Amino acid sequence: MADDMKRFTQTLGESLRERGVSRRGFLKFCTATASMMALPPTMVPAIAAALEKARRPSVIWLSFQECTGCTESITRSHSPSVENLIFDHISLDYHHTLQVAAGDAAEAAREAAMHENEGKYIVVVDGSIPLDNPGFSTIAGISNLQMLEETVAGAAAVVAVGSCAAFGGLPHADPNPTGAVSVSDIVHDKPIVNVSGCPPIPTVITGVLAHFLTFGSLPELDALGRPMVFFGQSIHDRCYRRPFYDKGLFAETFDDEGARKGWCLYRLGCKGPMTYNACATTKWNQGTSWPVESGHGCLGCSEPDFWDAGGFYNALSIPDSDIIRRAGVVAAAGVALGAAAGALNRSTRAKAAASHEKVTIDDLDKTS
Amino acid sequence: MQKLQDIAVMVEPKDDVPLNHLNATPILHEILHALQRLATQGEPTTIDLRAIPFGPGDEDALLNQLGMGEVKIELDTLGKSTIWETAFSGVWIIDHQNAESERIALQIEVAHIPAIIKAQTEDVTESLQLLDNQLNPNRTETTGLREE
Repeated sequence: MADDMKRFTQTLGESLRERGVSRRGFLKFCTATASMMALPPTMVPAIAAALEKARRPSVIWLSFQECTGCTESITRSHSPSVENLIFDHISLDYHHTLQVAAGDAAEAAREAAMHENEGKYIVVVDGSIPLDNPGFSTIAGISNLQMLEETVAGAAAVVAVGSCAAFGGLPHADPNPTGAVSVSDIVHDKPIVNVSGCPPIPTVITGVLAHFLTFGSLPELDALGRPMVFFGQSIHDRCYRRPFYDKGLFAETFDDEGARKGWCLYRLGCKGPMTYNACATTKWNQGTSWPVESGHGCLGCSEPDFWDAGGFYNALSIPDSDIIRRAGVVAAAGVALGAAAGALNRSTRAKAAASHEKVTIDDLDKTS
Repeated sequence: MQKLQDIAVMVEPKDDVPLNHLNATPILHEILHALQRLATQGEPTTIDLRAIPFGPGDEDALLNQLGMGEVKIELDTLGKSTIWETAFSGVWIIDHQNAESERIALQIEVAHIPAIIKAQTEDVTESLQLLDNQLNPNRTETTGLREE
């Protein structure tokens, strides 16, 4: 009990030094944290000063209509020295998938964390909330809606992890049989950060939590409530294949010469121009690769209603000649063209959503 | 358990297509400007390569072009960190790894000496006290060395 109290009152700096981490090690930790938060290296001294004094926040993780992919994403992230140090310093007081306790004991842990940290704890939500019938998704007999409302009441902020919690996701896909909604459809009086993605990039999840741990505040958000540092630029604008797009070099099939040479996947249905996420720089599996580098177009999974945006391999993307004609720019104006493509794609996506095109086996087998 | 990096996967370039998407070139220009600032104003610069959208082969192309200089330093705290000066004096590569030998940060620092190499002031103060205690184990009063 005394050790628990000590851990709770210790600052991160004290906790690390007690484990024998030198100040050089701490600087290395701050460098990796800055990189994880997508902050410039010049911020490292400020991060070090803030983390030195940071105290351990309580986190309550609620899982509603979801596939547990978001939890898999974060628990399978492969950088234990940094992320585990951060998670060691966050008191994850409730996560019914991960915790040993179940039923009444688990709910008692949630209520105790809410009571002891009134006004200070963070609520992380993955999964959407069904409104048509509370019985569609319950935990310990408590409906998702009731649990969300009572848990966020005393929270400092809410982090909606994954496209389901952020935008409704797969459960919200047409015809939305459960009446699924996002966290921000229900919670209106608390700061909310949407960390979208299906699943979200693990370092983006930890980056947001690290930002709160470091600065005691939430990062700057875009119009969809996502952190600008990770979602501020489109996949297309940060894609290493972008120069091929600007030169008009496209793969037409998944096994043609263009595909082998790594040309742009725009014509194979890549949703990069309309998708905002950090995959192109942060990458996946400890920076090993990401979908486009593996030869597959972006699915747009961090955007609202991406399931209803037409088939993943369908020609949602508009041929470049059409874009040039309709946007009235030349290929040399690369960034502007990317933005135009994004705008046109959003329009096309809306039309596709209205007609709700389904992906067929032919789409998956598409070779030309 | 086998780790991802233990699985032998090698991307082979097809025909005469080099694995280099030329995304290293803008970074080299950024380094050039950083070197100019260091040479004329003494201002250091750090570039986080994790934030750069590199394609396959780009990182190798950049590191090959920068080459290897005459200084290599290994830091052992929270896992290994390898720091080396490139063939261009003042341009350092800093490769931070965790205890599982997985990369957690890769940076280019354009500086006279990388900041993480310098002894930290607080550590120097604690070392002074530690060494003094070892040399004078029977002393009960504080040495006052901190104030000196």
